[in-house]
Amino acid sequence: MSKYEYIPEPALVKGNHDFASLTKLVTDVNLRPTPKPWYAAMLLANAFLGVFLIAVGYLIWEGTGVWGLMNPVGWGWAIINFVWWVGIGHAGTLISAILFLFRQDWRTAINRFAEAMTIFAVICALMFPGIHVGRIWVIYWVFPIPNQMGMWPNFNSPLLWDVFAVSTYFTVSLLFWYVGLIPDLATLRDKATDKIRKFSYGLFALGWTGSNRAWWNYEKAYMILAGLATPLVLSVHTIVSFDFAVSMIPGWHTTIFPPYFVAGAIFSGFAMVLTLMIVARKIYGMEDIMTNDHMEKMNIIIMVTGSMVGFAYMMEFFIAWYSGVEYEKAIFILRATGPYAWAYWIMMTCNVLSPQFFWFKKLRTSVGFTFFISIVVNIGMWFERFVITVTSLANDYLPSSWDYYSPTIWDVLTYVGTFGIFFTLFLAFLRFLPMVAIAEIKAVLPQADPHNYDEETQEFHPHVVEVPQPKAETV
Amino acid sequence: MSTTEQNSELYGILAEFKNPKALIDASKKVVAAGYDKFDTYAPFPIHGIDKAMSLPKSKLGWIVLTCGLIGFTGAVSMMYWMSVMDYPHNISGKPFFNAPAWVPVTFELTVLLSAFGAVFGMLFLNGLPKLYNPLFNVERFKKATDDGFFVCIEAKDSKFQADLVKELFEEAGATHIEEVYD
Repeated sequence: MSKYEYIPEPALVKGNHDFASLTKLVTDVNLRPTPKPWYAAMLLANAFLGVFLIAVGYLIWEGTGVWGLMNPVGWGWAIINFVWWVGIGHAGTLISAILFLFRQDWRTAINRFAEAMTIFAVICALMFPGIHVGRIWVIYWVFPIPNQMGMWPNFNSPLLWDVFAVSTYFTVSLLFWYVGLIPDLATLRDKATDKIRKFSYGLFALGWTGSNRAWWNYEKAYMILAGLATPLVLSVHTIVSFDFAVSMIPGWHTTIFPPYFVAGAIFSGFAMVLTLMIVARKIYGMEDIMTNDHMEKMNIIIMVTGSMVGFAYMMEFFIAWYSGVEYEKAIFILRATGPYAWAYWIMMTCNVLSPQFFWFKKLRTSVGFTFFISIVVNIGMWFERFVITVTSLANDYLPSSWDYYSPTIWDVLTYVGTFGIFFTLFLAFLRFLPMVAIAEIKAVLPQADPHNYDEETQEFHPHVVEVPQPKAETV
Repeated sequence: MSTTEQNSELYGILAEFKNPKALIDASKKVVAAGYDKFDTYAPFPIHGIDKAMSLPKSKLGWIVLTCGLIGFTGAVSMMYWMSVMDYPHNISGKPFFNAPAWVPVTFELTVLLSAFGAVFGMLFLNGLPKLYNPLFNVERFKKATDDGFFVCIEAKDSKFQADLVKELFEEAGATHIEEVYD
């Protein structure tokens, strides 16, 4: 017996699956009759969507005065929710692009799911800049479109950069998602038995055959898209952080913002993927594909990015003191002890403390605990944006203008309503599109690798790792 | 959709193989026999099939590069024309040609156009969308997006002779051989 033990990577797909059974497992969800609880869930989501529409309708009718905005806090829940939703979206791109470039094959179980989440989260995020302007009928001024004044957008403004960054991000995410879907839509086209499904899946599959000449260009395109999406996703949250960092407000004007925002975005996005995954895999019986190993790996990423966020909080404090700027020092002390201290300590507890539990293997492999923490993290990340936005504005340079900000019911209803948009879209996705990238998950099965077959008989035999015996110790 | 074999033209001969390894070996044999109008079909991209089929490098990279350069120059010239030539505005005393501030928009548009190039270039190179394909007449071919591995040699190939092709497939260990009609 060697003193070294070989521990193989855990199998990516559990259970005794082959190609056909994986196809069946995933496509059945789309092809079988709609389950009744789905209608119930959809109805609930639609009710929230209705709340959103009412809240937005009233906002447009009455103006932004219905929100809790006042002097000096001219930026409230709208920007908080925008940043929160965009941040959640980032996990999808991280999983589909960055993990692809790092050849992390476990991503194949969750990438489709997470990319869908990205797109829907960005749609929710885009609602807020879309509706927050007082005169919504001139929202097209944010684009370089000719208008009656002959003026153009101000390309020196971070808010304008944001328009380009988020709309590019949405478009590229959608394209990336669609490219991944093409082969799977072809699978659904070939599995469907009724006319409507055959036609609609067939139309969007564009006539994909699985030709290896086509796969050759396809894989190249996928790699290039991953290479493009990686700097893109980093740039998007960087530019979102510029909305704050480029202005001269104490607590905002810091160079740590871009990396700190990106880490926070990944942190909250992975939490959201976990929240959705733990529920969906249970309902749809996908535990063979979305395994506890996946959950553990994602928990480790949450722990790492959570620690980065915690480090950034401390660094901000240190730099505020080290800079010697009175206003900067004051705002950080006010954050922890001032009128919004409750929000600050919720943020600290949820973002800095809660991910540290994942140092324990027992906790990061526990489904219930992971689900709990995944929700705590997203609450924490919402409060992070609240603390950044509101405290800095409410307590800025002149104490005589300080005031306490509270949201109105319309702020709350708009935010709650975005969950209606998100879940309406997400439930439709679960029902009509394959929630796992079928082609990609097949490609990571051991049966997919031609090297795992015998040269002569062409029969499958799994790869065996030989562990070299260590040399006898000489000391 | 029914294949009336008398009136329709032979499109090619389709053979099914049992697994990815068999498909790679078969495509090596097809290449060695000198056919070039052929294709292999699989539910997922197979490692090493490009070499077995001796496929040339994909041209997609050049398409993406071209699109990216269009995005880059387009973004810079758009901003230059709008902010310097058409309606120059003094914004907090900054120069009209404020290069550092233009970096984000330039970057985003470069990425956007490159992504368009990657997606639409890929579809263009693959001849998609193409909603009709003679292979869809074959019931068995539905397995190509599930768990089937196929090779098809097209009748257009200059060396094509139905008997010889079938013989080649049999030799290569095909589990099923079928004629495809257009």
